[in-house]
Amino acid sequence: MNAVERHVHRRFERAARAGDERLGAMGAIRWAMRYVFPDHWSFLLGEIALYSFMVLVGTGIFLTLYYVPGASQVIYHGSYPLLQGEQMSEAYRSVLDLSTTVPAGLLFRQVHHWAADVFIAAIVLHLMRVFFTGAYRKPRDLNYFIGLTMLMLAILEGFAGYSLVDDLLSGMGLAIAYSVAMSIPLIGGQLATLIWGGPFPGSGSFLPRLEIVHVLLIPVALAALMTIHLGIIMRQHHSQFPGPGRRERNVVGTPMWPAYALRSIGLLLAVSGVLFLLGGLVQINPIWQWGPYHPYLSENGAQPDWYIGWLIGALRLMPNWELVIGGRTIIPNPFWGGAAFPLLVFGVMFAWPAIERRFTRDVRRHDLLDRPRDRPIRTAIGAAFLSWVVIVFAVGSTDRIFYRLGISYTTQIHVWRVGVWVIPILVFLLTRSACRSLQRSGAHPLRAWQGEVVRRRPDGAVDVIVESPDRLEPGTTEPPVGTTSGREASD
Amino acid sequence: MRSLLVRWLTRRSRVPRILRATLALVLGTIAIVGLAAPSSRGETGAATTFGGRAPEPNPPTKSPEPPGADNPTKTFPDSAALRAQGFTLYQGSCSSCHGIAAQGIPGVAPSLRAVGAGPLDFYLSTGRMPLEQPREEPMRSPPAFTRAQIDALIAFVSAFGGPPAPTANPSAGDLALGFHEFTLNCAGCHQIVARGGITVDAQVPDLEQTTPQQIAEAVRMGPYLMPHFDSAQIDQHDLDSIARYIVWTRHPADSGGWGIYNIGPIPEGIVAWFIGLAALVIVARLIGERMDEPVPTPNPREADR
Amino acid sequence: MTPEHRGPVSRLGKALGLLVALLTVRRAARTRTAPPDASETQSDFDPRRRVVPANRRAETAVAALLALVALFGLGFTVVYVAFDADTQLLGIAIGGALCLLAAAAIVAGKLVVPQETAVEERGRLLDEAETDTVVEMIEAGGEGVSRRVLLIGAGGVAGAALVTAAATPLASLGPTLSRLHETPWARGTRLVDDQGRPYAADQIEIGSFYTALPEHSDPEAFGAGLLVVRLPASFLHLPAARRAWAPSGILAYSKICPHAGCAISLYRYPTYAPTSQQPAFTCPCHYSTFLPGEGGRVVFGPAGRSLPQLPLRIDADGNLRAAGPFREDIGPSWWGVHRAQS
Repeated sequence: MNAVERHVHRRFERAARAGDERLGAMGAIRWAMRYVFPDHWSFLLGEIALYSFMVLVGTGIFLTLYYVPGASQVIYHGSYPLLQGEQMSEAYRSVLDLSTTVPAGLLFRQVHHWAADVFIAAIVLHLMRVFFTGAYRKPRDLNYFIGLTMLMLAILEGFAGYSLVDDLLSGMGLAIAYSVAMSIPLIGGQLATLIWGGPFPGSGSFLPRLEIVHVLLIPVALAALMTIHLGIIMRQHHSQFPGPGRRERNVVGTPMWPAYALRSIGLLLAVSGVLFLLGGLVQINPIWQWGPYHPYLSENGAQPDWYIGWLIGALRLMPNWELVIGGRTIIPNPFWGGAAFPLLVFGVMFAWPAIERRFTRDVRRHDLLDRPRDRPIRTAIGAAFLSWVVIVFAVGSTDRIFYRLGISYTTQIHVWRVGVWVIPILVFLLTRSACRSLQRSGAHPLRAWQGEVVRRRPDGAVDVIVESPDRLEPGTTEPPVGTTSGREASD
Repeated sequence: MRSLLVRWLTRRSRVPRILRATLALVLGTIAIVGLAAPSSRGETGAATTFGGRAPEPNPPTKSPEPPGADNPTKTFPDSAALRAQGFTLYQGSCSSCHGIAAQGIPGVAPSLRAVGAGPLDFYLSTGRMPLEQPREEPMRSPPAFTRAQIDALIAFVSAFGGPPAPTANPSAGDLALGFHEFTLNCAGCHQIVARGGITVDAQVPDLEQTTPQQIAEAVRMGPYLMPHFDSAQIDQHDLDSIARYIVWTRHPADSGGWGIYNIGPIPEGIVAWFIGLAALVIVARLIGERMDEPVPTPNPREADR
Repeated sequence: MTPEHRGPVSRLGKALGLLVALLTVRRAARTRTAPPDASETQSDFDPRRRVVPANRRAETAVAALLALVALFGLGFTVVYVAFDADTQLLGIAIGGALCLLAAAAIVAGKLVVPQETAVEERGRLLDEAETDTVVEMIEAGGEGVSRRVLLIGAGGVAGAALVTAAATPLASLGPTLSRLHETPWARGTRLVDDQGRPYAADQIEIGSFYTALPEHSDPEAFGAGLLVVRLPASFLHLPAARRAWAPSGILAYSKICPHAGCAISLYRYPTYAPTSQQPAFTCPCHYSTFLPGEGGRVVFGPAGRSLPQLPLRIDADGNLRAAGPFREDIGPSWWGVHRAQS
């Protein structure tokens, strides 16, 4: 070791000792450094979401120093020529100024918006991985519920964020959100006027309240839930795919220090890098092109951000049913597409662990993951459900499809009203048979389970029914379901 | 089909029969209702016009608005020779729908006798006319006639009468005023930066190829289903400004980078998933292990026997 | 790890590896399946390993990447100061720097530092003895308490009351519902454009559409925006009770869609009606379509109510004025919305 290395080593040792004298944390640090993470790449999807959230917070702090939550109308006399003399809200003007005159202002605004889109996309991809590998089973069902809650909050947060700007596009979206709130049976009127501080477009306190929700309330909730989410993972250890040496009772992977920490930091930097590249090079939400919002204005082809697209599709797809009894509008039309549909989707997702437990009668603890093909029914149901949501989402673009391909809008709506129910059934059947044929083909076989399945005879002797195979057989990760007693194996 | 259904209903499985039967019933009902239920209480298609009432012969069409007093107009070449040439061209391409003397044919095409040069120049120079089928939507296409032939047709038909053609001068317009007026009157159909759109069962064109002359003509006449605007509502300065704004939309202020066609969140979502998230998934695959990689044995060289 | 410590550890690692490799090879020979990783069928397969790359090329690569990061990072400041903070250049500079730093970290994490596969045991989660003890401890806290039912009941009532009290201030956030029935339009309100100029009846052309706002009122109010059109008699089929609402065939409707509150900004008027469609308003959000000639009746789309119509009259100066307020509520439906009577 040369002089430089010796010097660095001494300094480092001294610092470590100084820290431990004050905090006594060396034991915890040692535990953390030896902590083992399984290495599969799909386990990094949640981290992509986490790091996007960090970028959101960092860039968001910058934005919040410039944004003015003011609804009062002002006349613009700034540097953007197309809006000279135009009447707009203070909020819109503050974001316009940020985008046109503040150095690096547009960069941070665009990075923030791209990060929001990528954040929710990463959560959805992560959710799909969790679902199709069965990672939501005990003991991780609690974490699964926390994750779904974070997805709901993230969607609300994104919508609130781009609605703060009060441009033409997001203003139209707020009007629709108001209508969905109004459409909730019985309490809709009170709920909507409570949130908006009066009939739409609301009182002067709406934008400041929305800002507090977006800047403080939801981010704090998300950060708290993320901490709990990660804490539970640390307590339970991450799940892993079956493989050599990998058992229900252990975790095989890379320890935190040094390799995993470096790779994780690398992923954080890659997320930030990609988001900053996007934020500088690809334009997003050019609000100066949309102009300010006024309730008597609208434009063709207005769309919400992608994670709300499933709702615009649902609203367009619904026939004009409005339940009216005795002059009272019991269920206004936007309720179906705007409230009932997303509640149903999330409801099914929340209920799924219990539904699966009911049908498989499997209440064991699971720490080994399934490959999707090894659970054809679950995978097929998941694919069918996903296709149902995706079709509704795609209906949100029927106007551009008509514009580009000439297929009439009314025809598309009529076709999709049927297709949205028929296609998921076809997807279910196709996926189930694809899983089964993948299993049969033996491609990428899983490592076999080991042991014996036995039956105890009345006289106490034991019959061996099934032995673990010598050869690698696909789909035989674990002993057949139902052959264990359903209680945890003893340690 | 029925035997499949019966087999599915009666086969043994964990899902109880009653549940499967209910599911089949519900799905069948939904399919039938979705197909049969009208989306409203009225008509949807292009063909029905009066909701069941018999169409009147020659109902009023909207006539083109005149350019307005003291407003600049565009004069097209006119001569006896041109009119004669126009007559020949007209008989060959237009008279089958519009009548031999441009009087229109009821139920097929309107009269051209009082339209003036503006609509003629617009429809012919954008290739929207001649139209194959009377009920089709006229769409922009390569013009069927040369400029000289269009002038001839204009000379012939506008001899029957009608207002002079309007015109627009973008450089005389004000960009901010154009943006304001376009947002108020045009963006609902044409999209805020004129990328086009739809209405129920008609496509609304984008305005990327339209010339200022065509803009002026379209605003004053309202082609096909488009409303028209007279000089009291959109005066000449407004018109010049709107034309200037439309020209600007071909290269809007994309200070944020690649404009991805300026239609908003649809291309943005595509970029977020297929560029942003895709790149990060590739990075994740580089960092992590894959299921199909061979499991690393402690000393690969020694194990390779 | 200093060089003098690496020796014994790496030797131990090699010995361990050799042992496992021997076991691997034995197992492979027995089952006659080719890949060495068939050893996982054996329960004592030990996946632990530690490989020290000692990869100088990778180290050089990391150093080179870090140098590039410095360049790009500096570039950010240069662009900010000297290139007017151009967004694209700033993005390339900082995004490039971050991506290069990411590459450096990943290369270091995979090719430079020791690569280790370790095994950790998952702890028990359910400890029945502990759980039982805790439950007993909690219940022991109630030792000697005789009237449990009374206390629990009283606690429940108190809790419910406090929760209700905590929720009550929410009511301060919102006004009453009666304002949902209000619009700025009353009998005699004059129709003006967005510059404040009144609309004269004879300037309303057939085949055009106009956006009108109430004079001397807040144009941002939800009920403020109107669509004004004139239809010829052949398209005008209003119910008898509304014939007087359209003087000279001029009609006014709320511009706010009764489905979900977007402004209705599409108007189609046929150049030749027999081969196309009749005049209609369409909302650009979910494409609800309304017929102005038939009292705003819905002919397509998800709107559950017809478009509210405002009765008009022409005053002595020839300008358009409201002949009365709306007879139904504008905007989206809710529990108490006043629907059209006719």
